Amino acid sequence: MFLEKLSNASGISGFEDEARQVIKDEITPHVDSVSTDSMGNLFAIKKGNSDKPKVMLAAHIDEVGLFVDFIEANGAVRFQKVGGIDNRVLLSKRVYVGKDKKPGVIGAKPIHLQKPEERGNKVMASDDMFIDVGASSKEEAEKVAKIGDPVVFATKCVQSDNILRGKAFDDRAGCGVLVELLKKDYPMPIHAVFTVQEELGLRGARIAAYAVNPDYAFALEGTPAGDVPARPETRDVSPSTALGEGPAITIMDRSVISDKRLVKLLVDTAKQLSIPYQFKRTVAGGTDSGAIHLTREGVPSVTVAVPVRHIHSPVGIMNISDFHNTVELMYRALCRMTEVET
Amino acid sequence: MELKEILKDLTTAPGISGYETQAAEVAKKHLNAYSDEVRIDKIGNVVAIKRGGQSGEGDERRRILLAAHLDEIGLMVTKVEDGGFLRITAIGGVDSSILPGQEVTVLGKSVLRGVIGAKPPHLQAPDEANKPVNMDDLYIDVGLAKEEVEKSVEVGTLIRIESEFLELSNGYIAAQVLDDRSGVAAMVETMRRLTLRKHTWDVYAIATAQEEFSGSGARGAAFGIQPQIAIAIDVTFGAAPGLPERQTFPLNKGPVIGIGPNFHPKISQKLRDLAKEHEIPCQLEPSPHPGGTDAVNIQISRAGIPCGLLSIPLRNMHTTVEMLKLEDIKRLAELLSIFISELDTQFEESLKCF
Repeated sequence: MFLEKLSNASGISGFEDEARQVIKDEITPHVDSVSTDSMGNLFAIKKGNSDKPKVMLAAHIDEVGLFVDFIEANGAVRFQKVGGIDNRVLLSKRVYVGKDKKPGVIGAKPIHLQKPEERGNKVMASDDMFIDVGASSKEEAEKVAKIGDPVVFATKCVQSDNILRGKAFDDRAGCGVLVELLKKDYPMPIHAVFTVQEELGLRGARIAAYAVNPDYAFALEGTPAGDVPARPETRDVSPSTALGEGPAITIMDRSVISDKRLVKLLVDTAKQLSIPYQFKRTVAGGTDSGAIHLTREGVPSVTVAVPVRHIHSPVGIMNISDFHNTVELMYRALCRMTEVET
Repeated sequence: MELKEILKDLTTAPGISGYETQAAEVAKKHLNAYSDEVRIDKIGNVVAIKRGGQSGEGDERRRILLAAHLDEIGLMVTKVEDGGFLRITAIGGVDSSILPGQEVTVLGKSVLRGVIGAKPPHLQAPDEANKPVNMDDLYIDVGLAKEEVEKSVEVGTLIRIESEFLELSNGYIAAQVLDDRSGVAAMVETMRRLTLRKHTWDVYAIATAQEEFSGSGARGAAFGIQPQIAIAIDVTFGAAPGLPERQTFPLNKGPVIGIGPNFHPKISQKLRDLAKEHEIPCQLEPSPHPGGTDAVNIQISRAGIPCGLLSIPLRNMHTTVEMLKLEDIKRLAELLSIFISELDTQFEESLKCF
């Protein structure tokens, strides 16, 4: 399915090129116009009836990843993290370096050589890790990597029945929903924006919302699912959202209190059409709605998300039924937008 | 088949300690190409025999045993939790700190693809990311409900981390279980080179079971075959940024010859002399303790078997991204095949004279 292609495409914040191209190729036949702005946001317009309120649909292209910032004399390719990544998921992973996606690995000190105080007692800082591109000298390393190269996890998306396993579902799941939505028609003007640099502080959505100047906005996301076993002494987040329970509607997160009319529209639609839905039950994280709702005089906004386990790690798991239900709920709700009291 | 392809083939087959069957079939296939006889013995070792030119019969025949272990470290299911999540334990020296965020294959009645769970930063308590993970915290998510999971998974089901065989730049290879499939590949390559050399001794190339656990495979094989000499082929710590120079060996600088009480000094010396004579680069790994390879058990089999050790420098040992250079495997095979072709009674007898 198209989502596999989206998941496999590279696009850390600021380097969204490959993923943007994949989206652009897919949507172009279905929309009236396609354009990009100075930061790389991808806009697609379906004109609709211009007397009706203008709706902005946003999904961010960028994913978390790494960025090469130094190459040592011994060939070690040092990196910085882009976006929120837990250091504990980095060791012993395969990555692709640069635009040509050359393979590299993040190694780990053999357990045999770890001192007792290290073994199981310390989390290695990402600054102490390096990417090994197959090099024992700077010269060898520079054949592969250069300072400023983006690095993505080398994870291939696989599907089995209802389960999709892959990287970057935050937010390629949202991108996938938006691509599907653009294949349908609506009474009002739809301005879809595939935004850049969400993981760096909702930066793309901010300028995109200004340019679009919408009446309402929906951010489409891949949101953390917390329906997993927790260790007793840590925070109980089970569940923030759960797989298989349908699209997650955000009432409030760290960045926005969703517009109550839009929340009601979504909930009423879901109930009437028996589409499963859930609320996001943690007030954690932020989405493009956080930037969009502050634009110009303010834009009523809401976030709807596909639940994904293990996001911001090299590999996540989502349910395809949640994806389809998110598309369905959004489509049905958009068709009823005129019922929203303004 | 090219050495690289053989190595890829060997690393792709699962062979967790005690469950080496699939890897054994692959090792058998490759050893068979250059042997007179290949069998899998009752403990799971692959035993390949290549006869030498000697005229003796039965116990009179001289035998050298080569041991490279077939087994790999891995994971096993201990419990299926509500929600369908799998709790796990390690078989062999698995470092739990490399596990979060790994893609895994659960080798149940049907194969399930999963993930070793990693809590997103968004959902963590403020200091949580500084806490190291241990095996008890970890779980595998296959995305299915408990009832579905239990159709193919039970306590004891094995799990393999998925890590593709990668050809990196500058001739480096990265893969999992190069410890010690690279040794098995070196053994296949040695047998191939021996088809081009004369040798009088019989060569018993054993891909051994359970080295990472109890060493039972090599122990049984050494007892049964009763060789006059044995050489273990394993991996050793490759030099990498951040590791102490003193404990590690640069890649691409040739095989590493073990010296110390676990090895017969005359075997170590002979390997060094031959490397020098034939201009094969090599390195020395001194160790005052027996440990870490099949030579530990072979040396004290029956009335004692003189052992040597040749190792391939390997970065990131016991991770899913172990790295090496093929050139080191080729050099090891060259040195070992020369050593075997030069074996004679005089050298054998010298081993008992101190």
